[in-house]
Amino acid sequence: MDVQLWTYIIVGITFAIYIGIAIWSRAGSTKEFYVAGGGVPPLANGMATAADWMSAASFISMAGIISFAGYDGAVYLMGWTGGYVLLALLLAPYLRKFGKFTVPDFIGDRYYSNTARTVAVLCALFVSFTYVAGQMRGVGVVFSRFLEVDIDNGVYIGMAIVFFYAVLGGMKGITYTQVAQYVILIFAFMVPAIFISIQLTNNPIPQLGFGSTVSGTETYLLDKLNGLHEELGFAAYTNGSKSIIDVFFITFALMVGTAGLPHVIVRFFTVPRVKDARISAGYALVFIAILYTTAPAVAAFARTNLIETVSDQSYSEMPGWFSNWEKTGLLTFEDKNNDGKIQYVADKEQNELTIDRDIMVLANPEIANLPNWVIALVAAGGLAAALSTAAGLLLVISTSVSHDLVKIQIAPDISDKAELWLARGAAVLAVMVAGYFGINPPDYVAAVVALAFGLAAASFFPAIILGIFYKRMNKEGAIAGMVTGLAITIFYMARYKLGWIGEPTTSEDWWFGISPEGFGTVGMIVNFAVSLVVSNVTAAPPQEVQEIVDNIRFPRGAGAAQDH
Amino acid sequence: MKLYWKKNIKFLTILLIIWFVVSYVAGILLAGPLNEIKIGGFPLGFWFAQQGSIYVFVALIFIYVSWMNKLDKEFDVDEKE
Repeated sequence: MDVQLWTYIIVGITFAIYIGIAIWSRAGSTKEFYVAGGGVPPLANGMATAADWMSAASFISMAGIISFAGYDGAVYLMGWTGGYVLLALLLAPYLRKFGKFTVPDFIGDRYYSNTARTVAVLCALFVSFTYVAGQMRGVGVVFSRFLEVDIDNGVYIGMAIVFFYAVLGGMKGITYTQVAQYVILIFAFMVPAIFISIQLTNNPIPQLGFGSTVSGTETYLLDKLNGLHEELGFAAYTNGSKSIIDVFFITFALMVGTAGLPHVIVRFFTVPRVKDARISAGYALVFIAILYTTAPAVAAFARTNLIETVSDQSYSEMPGWFSNWEKTGLLTFEDKNNDGKIQYVADKEQNELTIDRDIMVLANPEIANLPNWVIALVAAGGLAAALSTAAGLLLVISTSVSHDLVKIQIAPDISDKAELWLARGAAVLAVMVAGYFGINPPDYVAAVVALAFGLAAASFFPAIILGIFYKRMNKEGAIAGMVTGLAITIFYMARYKLGWIGEPTTSEDWWFGISPEGFGTVGMIVNFAVSLVVSNVTAAPPQEVQEIVDNIRFPRGAGAAQDH
Repeated sequence: MKLYWKKNIKFLTILLIIWFVVSYVAGILLAGPLNEIKIGGFPLGFWFAQQGSIYVFVALIFIYVSWMNKLDKEFDVDEKE
């Protein structure tokens, strides 16, 4: 059977599963819609959190980026896992004890201020929208390549699916669908990785395989790869080329950004007890780590296979995958010296091959000659990753509107049923907007995703941490901190990444050599400093707020998540 | 209750120091010199950055959970089943 038929079969089966689960577990109340009724077992919550977190970027792009960046790719590996340590230790248990539905809920109540709540809602909406647009695009790319439909139609199909289960099921539907999606995406990621690890190194465990010797020789795989890189003029694979300070700041911004992302934090409101919130962050990281420790192995294997297959080989003898990807325009060959061979080298003048990093994971099984069903499985896994994250984000968007804006601030008397319909209406609107951006992506999608992390780091994280660990923290400090942290981060991105302000810039102009991706760390430090200074020169928070803080610091009496 | 919170902060400090050392010190600041040491085919700094730190992160969360569950019982602030 060919790849396309396999893709129809496997993607069809997985989608039937998702929709079946959505119907079986649809939400009957706002509480079920927002936090799945607060009764999700921690192991299931851990899997759902992992699927929620691992997006098209983790599944499709990350191993490809590492494959080309070598050591430097570690910023994503450490940044997107280390944040869970911060979440588990500093945020999850306390927010669970606090026991409301959303992050703006916490900010609004802890800082006894609807202004603070509104700032938090705006941050949540901005972060979630930028993220979700990228996911819809990812869905479109996978559909267009494997189902051979137009990319716009790919996005429409994705919208219809997300619409169905996010809008009907709310958090309850999403949680159980995400459990299924986790199983599918991890299976789809591991199968080709194990196959290729055995092919290259005879070791079935990819995490060990990429530190082993190449089958039939005494040379270590990484030494061989460094050798190949040296021959072609690239920096050694295990050393990288970014400056230490930049790697440090980017890693930090990604970690703190992870801990500040509203769609991740809200998952810890869905478990029954504080104890469960702690352990489900642990389970989530185990499930994430399975993919994140495999990805660097996949990256090294793919890099080796790629160089060996194409470098200095004649163009006419390239295998089928090469021309398939040439058709998509994501891989191009230009025979500059007319010798009919592919020169793939670091020197831009002589290099004849350009490869989009995003195709590496999808093309990897084809490059390694794996069976067609494995290739189809990878497509299904990519879709599972993109859809699960999109659904989680859409939920945050609809909750922010129906709960944090309408219910709390505009119409407190609204009935539970009306609020539920409002939440669904907001989800419908959010799917439409996300679909629009998926079809008409701003040409700086990647830049905007970096912005989303930086903004989460520079806005939410300090406000939440100080709200828990510093009783004297008041609303003036929190609002001033969030606003300055956000403002300076947005300014830096607009100036040095998006080029909206002033003359064009280069990396020479960066402050202290920190790239815009890493600037969220600076925004966070500024936020902390401003918050502390301002709160110390203004009045202490009221007694009852200080009592709330005392109360969230120990687990007893948590109970289920409460409405107001 | 003050003592409970103080112990909690002590646990957090210990765990976050380890968190910082494996990722930022071993994986980034000292990655260059550590790369001179080889474990199997892995340069050590590279291994910490792309593998080791992630394993340690997982372990840290589980250690934290077990410490805190014990502490909750000790101070009688745990949740009833």
